[in-house]
Amino acid sequence: MSHIFSLIKKDLLLELRQQYSFYGLLLYGAATLFLLFMAIESPEAHVWNGLFWITQLFICINAVAKAFLQESRGRMLYYFTLNHPTHFILAKLFYNGILMLVMSAISLLFFLVLMGNPIDKMGAFIGMVFLGGFSLSLVFGFLAAIAARAQQNAAVMAILGFPVIIPQVVLLMRLSSTAFSPLVNVPVSTILLLLALDALVILLAVILFPFLWKD
Amino acid sequence: MKKHWWKILTVLLLVYTFIAGLLGPVPRLPLLQETIRNLYFHVCMWFAMMILFMVSVVHSIRYLNTLKPELDRAARLYAGTGILFGLLGYGTGAIWASFTWADPNIPILDSFSTIARDPKLIGAAVALLVYAAYMILRDSINDIDKRARISAVYNIFAFVLLFPAIWILPRVLPSLHPGNDGNPALDVKNDISADMRMVFYPAVLGWTLLGVWITQLKIRLQVLVDKKLGL
Repeated sequence: MSHIFSLIKKDLLLELRQQYSFYGLLLYGAATLFLLFMAIESPEAHVWNGLFWITQLFICINAVAKAFLQESRGRMLYYFTLNHPTHFILAKLFYNGILMLVMSAISLLFFLVLMGNPIDKMGAFIGMVFLGGFSLSLVFGFLAAIAARAQQNAAVMAILGFPVIIPQVVLLMRLSSTAFSPLVNVPVSTILLLLALDALVILLAVILFPFLWKD
Repeated sequence: MKKHWWKILTVLLLVYTFIAGLLGPVPRLPLLQETIRNLYFHVCMWFAMMILFMVSVVHSIRYLNTLKPELDRAARLYAGTGILFGLLGYGTGAIWASFTWADPNIPILDSFSTIARDPKLIGAAVALLVYAAYMILRDSINDIDKRARISAVYNIFAFVLLFPAIWILPRVLPSLHPGNDGNPALDVKNDISADMRMVFYPAVLGWTLLGVWITQLKIRLQVLVDKKLGL
């Protein structure tokens, strides 16, 4: 556990010392949103919902891609000598999760400011945004590991990830659409389903990452 | 001869499928009418695809355990044949749906965007996209060992995430496709008549065996190609 914690701490420190990448991400999100703001004037609730999740998807790919792609070959070898692969992947996944939670909060704020606020149950929607951001970051975190090992860029990550993520995004969109209407209750079963999928992804990552790791 | 009995069986089963499938008795159902015979082709394509993808993923798991290159080769080629059957299943399904769910007088391309929203078609499209991505990932890596290991990992990861999607999405979203309560495609015991089951089961077996046969030939060809390259 302390290994995982120190790996997360290392990533956080790196993030704080190389702030340009975080600001780059922020700028990416802001620019995307401004483009949407220019394209569409005060969208209806279901359009708002769709745009929001698509934006989250792209922000997530950019946020998570660098977690593995920034590590050079030599540094990966260095980690290899120091860490257990399970600790390493768990640390990366949780770090990505934290990063994505921060980015989700920021992009939600931008969305509310620029695109209007059609949300009825704000508390529930914020919870769904965090759950969704975390779920997306888990799947893309593992795919980033695959893409990095294949010495590919973020574009390949998107190719690998989009088909796999479709079901989760569909579930998330349906779940979050309930937050827009005062008449519909939030379905708890869908939330549990998404949590179960997250657990499945973590389990798969822990099982499969050791095979990716060794060369 | 001893080794080839299943190929003879494949031919016999498929000949039976075509003859009994096109001439045999079928129930007269509103809307479906004679198109119900497509069941012996469309549904069997999906069964064959699922089975071939499962075989592919089993080979990938075995590859990660043993690191034998022939297992990786088999995983790749079974997935390729699975994609072929998937495309055929998608095509037969889309044509079928355009005559039964949509107005048959409207060209298929116009009604397709409505049909493709059906959750079973989403699941099918996702499965095909995932395996297309697998092929691209696999062919983008030059180092042979690395290619085998990374693509095996992706194969397993995608398969495990794909299947909940195929079982879950149809229950969450509304659908016109048969088999809404629980079963992802159709309930063989209740949805089709006894006459049809007599053709359906052999047809599934026949098409699946054909898929295996095609893959076996592709594997043998690939072995020769690899040998020529000195691998």
